Amino acid sequence: MLILGIESAGSQVGCAIGGHEGVLASAHTGKGRQHAESLAPQIDFVRRQAGIEFSELGVVAVDVGPGLYTGLRVGISSATTIAHALGIPMIGISSLDLLAFPARWTSRLIVTALDARRGELFTALFRKVPGGIQRIRDPQVNTPQELLAELMTIEEPALLVGDGALRYQEIFSSIRRVEMAEQGLANPSARSLVQLAHAQALREEFVPSWDIKPVYLRQPDAEINWKTRKEDS
Amino acid sequence: MSGLILGIETSCDETAAAVVDSAKTVRSSVVSSQIDLHARFGGVVPEVASRAHLDLMIPVVAESLVSAGVEGNEVDAVAATTGPGLVGSLLVGVTAAKSLSLVWDVPFVSVNHLEAHLYASFLEEPDLDFPLVVLLVSGGHTMLVLMEAHGRYRVLGSTLDDAAGEAFDKVARYLGLEYPGGPAIDALAVEGDPTAFDYPRALVQENPDTMAEDRKLAFSFSGLKTAVINHVRNNPDVSTADVAASFQEAVVEVLVTKAKWAAAATGAKGLCLGGGVAANSRLREKFLDACIETGVQSFIPSRSMCTDNAAMVAAAGWWCLQMDGSSPLNTGADPNWGLPERLNS
Ligand SMILES: [Zn+2]
Repeated sequence: MLILGIESAGSQVGCAIGGHEGVLASAHTGKGRQHAESLAPQIDFVRRQAGIEFSELGVVAVDVGPGLYTGLRVGISSATTIAHALGIPMIGISSLDLLAFPARWTSRLIVTALDARRGELFTALFRKVPGGIQRIRDPQVNTPQELLAELMTIEEPALLVGDGALRYQEIFSSIRRVEMAEQGLANPSARSLVQLAHAQALREEFVPSWDIKPVYLRQPDAEINWKTRKEDS
Repeated sequence: MSGLILGIETSCDETAAAVVDSAKTVRSSVVSSQIDLHARFGGVVPEVASRAHLDLMIPVVAESLVSAGVEGNEVDAVAATTGPGLVGSLLVGVTAAKSLSLVWDVPFVSVNHLEAHLYASFLEEPDLDFPLVVLLVSGGHTMLVLMEAHGRYRVLGSTLDDAAGEAFDKVARYLGLEYPGGPAIDALAVEGDPTAFDYPRALVQENPDTMAEDRKLAFSFSGLKTAVINHVRNNPDVSTADVAASFQEAVVEVLVTKAKWAAAATGAKGLCLGGGVAANSRLREKFLDACIETGVQSFIPSRSMCTDNAAMVAAAGWWCLQMDGSSPLNTGADPNWGLPERLNS
């Protein structure tokens, strides 16, 4: 079963194709803010490099966030459209799972923190389990100070992963038992997406394209303001 | 070239998809409006619009194919609006269109939203005679365009400040009318007296023959909007129906006068209406009167072809494909893209 994976929820854009034999081809653009421009040529390139036709794909996997809204929508719009046009199912995976997965070699608690802009982070907690990772706290929006407070209450050693963790590393450096993961692991990757999706595909955990929904975690500002005004009046 | 074009439109608050055959026959046209989503905010909220476009994209595209009786692999090209508009909204449609073009291995065509509005008329009246003057009026734009042939046109004049639709929305909001403001004023004006108040008509009170060229076919609605708002502020008990009718009359008179001047200045054989404000009843009525009075052919598209839709995008896409060929896969969205003037095609 060949899987096309699309990841553009973070500041970067990536695409990969793989299956039982692992990842056949992948591409990755580190330059931010060009998600819509980069993604389609990347998919075209990766498909050619993998030496396959679109009709050979069995699943489309996509990073469903949380992430930066525009990039997130570009990835999901592209992935769902491709799956719908090919009549194939989908697998949606959290950006924070994608961040934690490559860090599964550690015996430490894995704390993922993606930069959510506006001084906030998208965070989740994971633990290594045989064959992969297990999420032990669901994704949330936190300030770095809130995450710091949470880490203080956890007594075990932790590995902090993600561009958000690196951005605010000075704040977290006050806790000795917290270690920072390297820059190379700071962004969700399309290769991890294909690997994680493959495991789910073996268990036949598919959804139809119309069931893929972005995980924003925050409401639009206008919605928040409107509710506040309504409560005030 | 034969051509079944799938058009996708997501530039503002309508998610739309359509299948059009060779810019002539509309096989399907699906428009899902987000008006209800934005009503409580009193205007289009970009983030709310982008989210809704993403939720609606697949169902709308699927319905457009099903109701056209077309399988995806029968489509010859995919066209999408890439600007002007709200960037986050545009990107949802552009990305979907490029992805479909990849999977189906057909050209992707980037379409200018204003150019799409120009082509809406031809879907209902394919034999319109050139040269043609199109009055394009919407919430974002107010302009007069001279079409000398397919793929040969230029802007004669446009608004120096607010678009006509923007003035409608702002006055409606000040009068406490429901969103969207254009249709609300249209409905209320029916009960009012259009001659009750003599609001200013900018750039039409002078003699057109002695006016500077760049002012003659230009528009300005910001002064009118301010005059109406000040008038209501100073006279809180004034009849809102009379205000709505008098304001609408001023806008319509300016639009129609300039359209007549443009037709006379260019020797146009026809006058055409387009854009969301072209759904306004009074404008449609006065525009038709003006065409009869000046003896030029008139064409006023149906209301559903004036407001944003994807059939016009598919039609313009077909013409753009003939004129420019396909667009590259790294095409993004251009929120401020003006009407591409085509002078030598
Ligand atoms: Zn429009």
